[in-house]
Amino acid sequence: MAVTYRDWLLDDSPSSRLQAGLGRSYRVSMALARNPLAVAGALIILTLILMAAFAPWIAPYSATGQDLTNRLMPPSAQHWMGTDELGRDIFSRIIHGSRITLMIVTMVALISAPIGLVVGAVSGYFGGSTDRIMMGLTDIFLSMPKLILALAFVAALGPGIENAIIAIAITAWPVYARIARAETMTFRDAEFIAAVQLQGASSTRIILRHVLPLCASSTIVRVTLDMAGIILTAAGLGFLGLGAQPPLPEWGAMISRGRNFILDQWWVATMPGFAIILVSLGFCFLGDGLRDVLDPKQENKQ
Amino acid sequence: MRISAATGRILGRLGGAARFAAVVAFTFLGLLAITFFIGRVVPIDPVLSVVGDRATNEVYEAARKAMGLDRPLVVQFFAYVWDVLTGDLGQSISTGRPVVQDLIRVFPATLEMATIGILIGVLLGVPMGVTAATRQGSFSDQIIRVLGLLGYSVPAFWLGLVGLAVFYAGLGWVAGPGRIDFFYDGMVDPVTGLYLVDSLIAGETEIFWNAVSHLLLPSFILGFFSLAYIARMTRSFMLDQLSQEYVTTARVKGVPEWKVVWRHAFYPIRIQLITVIGLSYASLLEGSVMIETVFSWPGIGNYLTTALLNADMNAVLGATLVIGAVFIFINKMSDVLYRILDPRAR
Amino acid sequence: MTRPLLEIENLTVTFPTAQGPIEVVRNVSFTLGRERLGIVGESGSGKSMTGRSILKLIRPPGRVTADRMVFDGIDLAAQSDRQMRHLRGARISMIMQDPKFSLNPVMTVGAQIGEALQTHRPMARSELQARVLAMLEAVRIDGPERVAGLYPHQISGGMGQRVMIAMMLIPEPDLLIADEPTSALDVSVQAQVLDIIEELVSGKGMGLILISHDLNLVARYCDRILVMNSGEVVEECVASELANATHPYTRGLLAAMPRMNEDREELPVLDRSSWATGAGT
Repeated sequence: MAVTYRDWLLDDSPSSRLQAGLGRSYRVSMALARNPLAVAGALIILTLILMAAFAPWIAPYSATGQDLTNRLMPPSAQHWMGTDELGRDIFSRIIHGSRITLMIVTMVALISAPIGLVVGAVSGYFGGSTDRIMMGLTDIFLSMPKLILALAFVAALGPGIENAIIAIAITAWPVYARIARAETMTFRDAEFIAAVQLQGASSTRIILRHVLPLCASSTIVRVTLDMAGIILTAAGLGFLGLGAQPPLPEWGAMISRGRNFILDQWWVATMPGFAIILVSLGFCFLGDGLRDVLDPKQENKQ
Repeated sequence: MRISAATGRILGRLGGAARFAAVVAFTFLGLLAITFFIGRVVPIDPVLSVVGDRATNEVYEAARKAMGLDRPLVVQFFAYVWDVLTGDLGQSISTGRPVVQDLIRVFPATLEMATIGILIGVLLGVPMGVTAATRQGSFSDQIIRVLGLLGYSVPAFWLGLVGLAVFYAGLGWVAGPGRIDFFYDGMVDPVTGLYLVDSLIAGETEIFWNAVSHLLLPSFILGFFSLAYIARMTRSFMLDQLSQEYVTTARVKGVPEWKVVWRHAFYPIRIQLITVIGLSYASLLEGSVMIETVFSWPGIGNYLTTALLNADMNAVLGATLVIGAVFIFINKMSDVLYRILDPRAR
Repeated sequence: MTRPLLEIENLTVTFPTAQGPIEVVRNVSFTLGRERLGIVGESGSGKSMTGRSILKLIRPPGRVTADRMVFDGIDLAAQSDRQMRHLRGARISMIMQDPKFSLNPVMTVGAQIGEALQTHRPMARSELQARVLAMLEAVRIDGPERVAGLYPHQISGGMGQRVMIAMMLIPEPDLLIADEPTSALDVSVQAQVLDIIEELVSGKGMGLILISHDLNLVARYCDRILVMNSGEVVEECVASELANATHPYTRGLLAAMPRMNEDREELPVLDRSSWATGAGT
C-alpha cells in the first residue's frame, strides 16, 4: 500500500473535517507520548477510570460490608491497606471511592466548562457593554475565595454529594469564561468570522459552530489542570462532613473517619490520602503535558 | 513642560485611585450579593430554620415580619447591605453573641498562623525559585518542580493529620493541637490577640515558646503550600528574565554573576512577586479553614466550620464575608501596588 | 610590528538540536589590530555568534571550540568565568542590537552607565556621577543630568543606543564589538550613532568589530571586511577593494544593492547554487 494510515493522518491538506480532526489528535498524542510525565499522568487517569468501571470485580471485598471481629487491622496480605473501625477493607473502599471521585470531577467539568465557555465567548464576540457587564460579574466571582464560597453554598443547600458538585461548579466557571473571552478576542475580527457573517449566519450559529470549537483546546488544558484543585475541594468538603455522606466510601470522608485513629492506626487516614495525591498528580502531569503541546504560551499563568 | 507632565501624572494616579475604589466597592457589593443570595434565597424557608417546624402560624408570621422577609427582595438586599456596613452581622445561634464580636475574637489566631505561614513561604520559596531558574535542569530544579506539583495535589487537611502523627505523636518535636497548652490559657492579657506578641509584652518567655511550639507545625504546613506556589512562580518569572537581552548586557559589562541574577534579573520581577505573594497570603486565609479544623485552632476557619455543622447561618455568612473581604482587599491591593511600583507603568 | 589585539583561529560554535549538532560558526579565523573590522552576512550567517563567542557569552548547551583565541596576549579559551568577568566591559565590550531590549527597564540610565564603570573601578559616588555625565556628553546627549535620571522607556531609540555606547565605552576598553548597532534605529539617526562610535573608537585608538548585514555601511566605516555565509568566512578584503571581490556570494550581495541613478527594473535575487558546497545542508 502506497499511502499508510500514518501518512493519511499527517496529510498537510486533509480532505475532510474528520481527517483533520483525527490527524490533529494523532499529532497531539505523539507529542504527549514523548513526555514521560504526561504518559505517567495519562496512565494514572486511565487506571482510575478502569478502577471505577470495574470496581466490584477488582475490589477483593465489599465497600460497605462490616466485619467487626477484624476492626482496625494493620495492612497485611489479606487487607493490603488494613481495615477501618468497622472492619471494612480500606483497599476495597478506595477502589469503590474512585467512582465517586471520577463522578465529581466529570460532573463539575461538564457543568462549569460549558457555562464558562458560553459566557466568555458571548462576552468576547459581542464586546462593548455586554462584555463589560459579563466580565464584571466574572471578575467578582474570580476574586472570591473559592473554597469558602463552596462551603457557604453547601451550608445553604445542605450537605450531600450533588450539592457539593453544584457548589464547586459555581466557583469553577469564571476561569473558563476568562480564557474563552481572551481566545475569542484574538480571532473575533479575523477574516473567516467576517466570511461567515457575510453568508448571513446568526450570532448564535457563529458562536456555537465557529467560536467555541476554537476555544476548546485552551479550555481542555485548563480543565485538566484544575482537576487536582476540584478533587482537593471535594475531598475537603467530604472531610468536613459536607460532601458525600457515610457510608459512601468518599476519600475525604474516609480521612475524616480515620482522624480519630491517626495516632495509633495511622493507615486508616493515610491510605485514602495517598489515593487523592496520586490522582491529583496524575491530572497535574497530564495537564502540564497537554499545555506544552496545545497551548505553550499559557506557561506562566495560573 | 515638565510641571504639566507631573501634574498629569498625579491626576492620572488620582483617577486611578478613584477607579480602584470603584472596583473594590463594586466587588464588595458583589460579595454581599452572593452572601445575601446564599443566606436568603437558597434556603427554601429561612423563617422555618429560625422558628422550627412546630411553630404556630402566628409565631411564623411574626417572625417573618420581624425578619423583614415580607418586603421585596431588593429592599431586603439594601437593608442587608446597610446592616453589614453598620457592623451588624446578626446573632450566632451557637455562641449567642453578635457574630461581629465572635469574629473579632477569633481573627487574630488566624492572622498569626497565616502570617507566619507566608513568611515561611516567601523566605524559602523565593530563593528556591531563583536557584531553580539559574540552574535549570539541575537536581535542585527537579526538587522544586516536584514540590510545586505536590503543592497542587496534597490535601492540606491530610498533611496536617500526618504532620501531627509524625512530629507531635511520633517524634514529639512540636506541641499538639490548639494555640497553647491548656494550663497557660488565660494567663496572658490579650492585647493584640496574637499570642506571640502578647506573651512578649507580658514578659512571659515560657508562654512565648509554648505558643511557638504550637504554631510551628500548622504554619509550616500552610507555608508549604505558599512555598510551592511562590517557588514555582519565581522560577518561571526568573527564567523569563534570564533570557532577556539586558541580562546579557549586564554580563557584557563584566557584572559579577550574583549581581546579574539579583540586581538585573530579580529586581525587575519583585513587583510581579508582590502580586504572587499577595494572592498566596489571601489563599492562606482560605487554606486555614482546613488546617484550623485539623489543629483545633480557634481561628476564623474553625469558627466557620463549627458554624457550618451547627447550621448557624449568620455565623457562616459573617465568616464568609470577612474572609471574602480580606481576600478581595489583598487581591486588589497587590494589583495597585504593581501599578505604583513599576516604573514602566508611570 | 606590534602584536595583534585579537587572534582567532578555527573558531567553531556548535548547538545541539533534535536533528543532531549544528555548527552555526565553522572554522572562522581572523586577526585584528587596532583597526576597524567589519563582519557582514545575512541573518543566521553566524556573525553575531562570532561576536558573542569572543566574550564567551555562548551559554550551554552551545559549545565553542577554537585552535587559538588570543586577546592582547591573553588566551581567552583558558580564562575562567571569574577572569572573563574582569575582561568583559573593562577590556572588551559589546554594543547590542536594540536598546529597547538591551537596557534594563527598571534601572535609570545613569545607574546602568555607572554600574559599568563601578564594576571595574570602584570610586566615590560624586566622582562616578561626574564621569557618567561626562560620558553622556561625549555621546552628544543634551542635558545629561536630566537624561541620567530617566528610565529606558522614557527615551528614544537613537538616544537609547547612544546610552548603550556610553555604557560600553565608559570603562575605556581596548576592543569594541558592535553587533548590528543601528539596525533597530530609524534611518535618520543611524549615521549619527555610527559617527559617534567611529569618532570615539578612532579617538581612543581602540579596535572595532562592526557586525552588520549592511554591506554599504560596513564598507563606509571599516578598514577591512569579512563576509560570512552559513557559518563560514567566504571573503576577506580591504574595504576599498570590495568592488573587486571574487566570491560569488559577495558578488551576489553587491549586485543586490540598489545604486543611485540606476535603471534596473528589478534587483537580482541571490543565486545560491553557485557556491553551495558539500558541507552546507
